[in-house]
Amino acid sequence: MTSLSATIQDVFNEPGCGKNANKTEAERKKGCTKQLQPGGAAGGCAFDGAKIALQPFTDVAHLVHGPIACEGNSWDNRGSASSGSDLWRRSFTTDMNETDIVFGGEKRLYKAIKEVIEKYDPPAIFVYQTCVPAMIGDDINAVCKAAATKFGKPVIPVNSPGFVGPKNLGNKLAGEALLEHVIGTEEPDYTTPYDINIIGEYNLSGEFWQIKPLLDELGIRILSCISGDGKYRELAYSHRAKAAMMVCSKAMINVARKMEERYGIPFFEGSFYGIQDSSDSLREIARMLIERGAPAELMERTEAVIAREEAKAWAAIERFKPRFKDKKVLLITGGVKSWSVVAALQEAGLEIVGTSVKKSTKEDKERIKELMGQDAHMIEDMTPREMYKMLKDARADIMLSGGKSQFVALKAAMPWLDINQERSHGYMGYIGMVELMEEIDKALYNPMWAQLRRPAPWDDAGANWQTKAMAQMDAQAAEIAADPARAEETRRAKKICFCKTVELGAIEDAIAAHGLTTVDGVKERTNASGGCGACKGRIEDILAAQPTPVLQAAE
Amino acid sequence: MAIVTTSKKACSVNPLKMSQPIGGSFAFMGLRGAMPLLHGSQGCTSFGLTLFVRHFKEAVPMQTTAMSEVATVLGGYENVEQAILNIYNRTKPEIIGINSTGVTETKGDDVEGFIRLIRQKHPQLEKFPLVYVSTPDFKGAFQDGWEKTVARMVEVLVDPVEAGTVRDPVRVNVLPGCHLTPGDLDELRTIIEDFGLKPSFLPDLAGSLDGHIPDEFTPTTIGGIGVDEIATMGQAAWTIAIGAQMERAAEAMQERTGVPFRLFERLCGLIPNDEFIVFLSEISGRPVPVKYRRQRGQLADAMLDAHFHIGGRKLAIGAEPDLLFDLSSMLHEMGAEVAAAVTTTASPVLERVKTHEVLIGDLEDLEELAKARDCDLLITHSHGRQAASRLKIPFYRAGFPMFDRLGAGHLMSVGYRGTRDLVFDLANLVIADRENNHQPTPDTWRNTGAGLQVVPPQLH
Repeated sequence: MTSLSATIQDVFNEPGCGKNANKTEAERKKGCTKQLQPGGAAGGCAFDGAKIALQPFTDVAHLVHGPIACEGNSWDNRGSASSGSDLWRRSFTTDMNETDIVFGGEKRLYKAIKEVIEKYDPPAIFVYQTCVPAMIGDDINAVCKAAATKFGKPVIPVNSPGFVGPKNLGNKLAGEALLEHVIGTEEPDYTTPYDINIIGEYNLSGEFWQIKPLLDELGIRILSCISGDGKYRELAYSHRAKAAMMVCSKAMINVARKMEERYGIPFFEGSFYGIQDSSDSLREIARMLIERGAPAELMERTEAVIAREEAKAWAAIERFKPRFKDKKVLLITGGVKSWSVVAALQEAGLEIVGTSVKKSTKEDKERIKELMGQDAHMIEDMTPREMYKMLKDARADIMLSGGKSQFVALKAAMPWLDINQERSHGYMGYIGMVELMEEIDKALYNPMWAQLRRPAPWDDAGANWQTKAMAQMDAQAAEIAADPARAEETRRAKKICFCKTVELGAIEDAIAAHGLTTVDGVKERTNASGGCGACKGRIEDILAAQPTPVLQAAE
Repeated sequence: MAIVTTSKKACSVNPLKMSQPIGGSFAFMGLRGAMPLLHGSQGCTSFGLTLFVRHFKEAVPMQTTAMSEVATVLGGYENVEQAILNIYNRTKPEIIGINSTGVTETKGDDVEGFIRLIRQKHPQLEKFPLVYVSTPDFKGAFQDGWEKTVARMVEVLVDPVEAGTVRDPVRVNVLPGCHLTPGDLDELRTIIEDFGLKPSFLPDLAGSLDGHIPDEFTPTTIGGIGVDEIATMGQAAWTIAIGAQMERAAEAMQERTGVPFRLFERLCGLIPNDEFIVFLSEISGRPVPVKYRRQRGQLADAMLDAHFHIGGRKLAIGAEPDLLFDLSSMLHEMGAEVAAAVTTTASPVLERVKTHEVLIGDLEDLEELAKARDCDLLITHSHGRQAASRLKIPFYRAGFPMFDRLGAGHLMSVGYRGTRDLVFDLANLVIADRENNHQPTPDTWRNTGAGLQVVPPQLH
């Protein structure tokens, strides 16, 4: 049994991760988790990440060992859908009290496991460790082992207390628990040449069911989906799949890669968002299965299905074209993950006037320019007020974004659509893309907006908050422009590296002082690009923009 | 008198309870320009934040000291210092409200000591309002966090008053419990102002979480009571505390400033509102406005119309103590039977709930009791939705959180008018259930004895 810190190191060492592969040995040890800033951090903890990743296993009892906050404040908050058991939606927690803190919570945990088995008899129990029991030294591995032996049922420890890191680390630690304790522990009744695993798909709003009928039609069997609408037994025999698809996010890349390493299951990274991506993914699944021994005719059938579905989808999108003519979209997500969504939006006649690039790489940015033209607004990191100005300046008609920025759009009386995980509509596959268009159409043409944009009859039309906000921004900009010292200060204060909070000025100073010529040099001196690495492109641009004398002087 | 018992289970299933620290943060959200800060791991904040955002459907300010494993073991001074400085510099708040969590309490961080050091080290913070409240996750519940935090606000932020100072006869302090919504607070404000009085609400969630559009984009709370106004609360003639949880803050106020208080444990129902209105009339020296005489009549009429449907209903209710006491008493007074009552934490009002037993437990307990006692009306927060669909009985959402319906912030239960609308909503729920699920058929009364069954015996 490996210790938690060893597991974390192992996860940090992930060779399957492109970003990781570009790091030095020392950086890899530090891990991919960015340093959290007290008073300026947002986002969930490692426990949150582990729970998100595993909770969609529907027939498992998910038992959280900790005080009430961890589970009591968070349960039943995910929109995954189940085709069977509803056990996953019930909440189990040891609700540790002061006595447990003083005397240790292991006994309570053991009793809790016993109660859950007696009352609900699940095929397995996942036990989640949290900060407080980790601090007082509760050994959940030992308790789970003892309980599993005693009750003859898998009791799986998920060692991911919140304070070890952020959500994405928790996703991976959850994956490690599956690899160590579950995958490969059972055998399927039968196998077929068409068995695949889907990894990192949570079936939010049941959206995977927008694509599953096509797989069913092709005779492709999902041996195990990790973890949307998943079942414990399927997970336990998932090592018998012929191929795997890792859905877009890198949340569970360690699971995909280690299953390849241990069981020879090849995987690819794909997405079912957007028409082109859906077709590519179906093709890739068919190709891999054929490579692993499925009959070659699978590809013909796959192509036929793709042709049929694409034709249907494009035909359905056609009707939106006249309605979307001249309509402008602002797309704000944590990095544009799915280019084919952009393509589909454009195909439907929408003009994309801006997108966020905070987490995008240099290649991403090139691609944005390619897709949206040279003058596309690229948004780095914005305050709500700047976001509002952006909406106005870009003269966007609708904003598509994650939940966080919704209030800016809605308060600005701007149509808005949630395209992140909390959304209530499924946007997967061909059907999902048409549904996305329908939702955009409904939002754009709702007659409510015109009313909301009217000032109250007793208000001066020029004195509403929107106008004031804009005026303030403009005044500020003018003030800065008029004062060269302040303009320079503002220019230098531009944040370049978001992970390590490094500003342009600091980087320029370091370049000048030490005659730096490479990104690595800048990193060494300023720590910039020491986090996710997405700002490398920005630093390259800064280096390129330096006057040559600086470089010569250094040489 | 109800017996109060505590569940003996090792495993809480489908918790009713939420944690103390977020109850504390919730109280700070009723202060203007506030940034609530949890001293704990980032998850402590993000879970609470998500819950508030889903309940109010508004942007909610809440920050974290982002304690890592190492920081937790070594102690959190640096994290608290950095968090306060970052918030102070970036969001320009008027107050930072800090609550501890399970992680930092297990370590035993002396946050009051940290704050003293931080004030010494950073002179700009010397007089800056920082309020710290100890609220470990492993004790108490949401309501306790609110209770402690408001009491602490009074102790730290209200200026002491010299004995013999002349009070402002029209100023009234209102200390609302966390079971009241922004809609309730607005209703109370209207009622109190109609008597010519000037209320100061501490905290005032109606100013910050009522959904209004602020003039400025601000990362802190967009309204609520200002620190300046809190400081002068000692000049008021009276303090009105609503809910037994507020007695502590009201006593703190009295001790610090000598302002006398009157505690209203309930403001839902006819009799409690009669007492409230009479009290306002007495302290203001004004007759009861015609508006409230009419509203009283409307409530009486609503009760007449609704009692056919509510009378005899067997209620299963899960709520924090003050809300449980308030709603169950009102329904009891309308002829309902409080057949199953589950709550989160201890309180002096529990033994006066009109039932045999109040269980400090979870929603699994409530579901089982509701089933065993044949309940036909369920009242609890949104987490009761799974139980309701299994029990197949009408379900009214009350309390926090209410994440799966809209308008949580505007639901009302106080005043004649709030009670009237609540009574109608509940009766309509019962009527709809009867129409949809209990239509008679030719066979409904055919089986021998059907309709003549002895009422199932109470379990106690």
